[in-house]
Amino acid sequence: MSIQVRYFASLGDQLGRQEDQVQAEGPITVAEVWQQATDGLPMPPNILMAVNQEYAETDQTINDGDEVAFFPPVTGG
Amino acid sequence: MPVIIVNQTFEPWSELQQQTQALSLRPGSYGASNIFLGTMRDFNEGDDVQAMTLEHYPGMTEKHLEAIIEEAKSQFDIDEALIIHRVGPIQPAETIVLTAVWSAHRKAAFDANRFLMEELKHRAPFWKQETLQNGSTRWVEKNTPG
Repeated sequence: MSIQVRYFASLGDQLGRQEDQVQAEGPITVAEVWQQATDGLPMPPNILMAVNQEYAETDQTINDGDEVAFFPPVTGG
Repeated sequence: MPVIIVNQTFEPWSELQQQTQALSLRPGSYGASNIFLGTMRDFNEGDDVQAMTLEHYPGMTEKHLEAIIEEAKSQFDIDEALIIHRVGPIQPAETIVLTAVWSAHRKAAFDANRFLMEELKHRAPFWKQETLQNGSTRWVEKNTPG
């Protein structure tokens, strides 16, 4: 299955890209998507994540075609 | 549409007037209107700031702002609510955010508007990048306490 991965703000700058495409054979969690997309980079402690634009935790399971996003704490308003 | 994302300068009072007309508010049906404006400062954390860029997550932003308005409507006795938020490059003194609430009485309008802003600050996927006087840029790491 194919998973679209997106990075925002300072995290995108740190990684040097705004998106990745992850291919997986079976069930995969958000944490595993991060591992695969970043080649095992440790996840920054304050990072937030979303699956299909809803906030998620690292252990959430991803389905084919899902969009997973990682980003730093939000600072709007 | 009570959630509006704009990518250019907007004049808050005329925009408010225009958007108020678009909402289903019957004149005479509400007694309190509470308006909050967030404006860009030219200083932050002891440094002069000459410009800012607001990044957002298109789609997720609108989804969460709409959810925040729905939650406000279920928690407070309000008639209508509006959120307008800037994205893209922004200059000091320009409006970043406008939130507005209409209700029969003032308490619900005050409380619900505070709720809108606090939830927006904590949940809506926006990020600020500041440009300092020397031209260097830095990401704002966290919100200031309300």
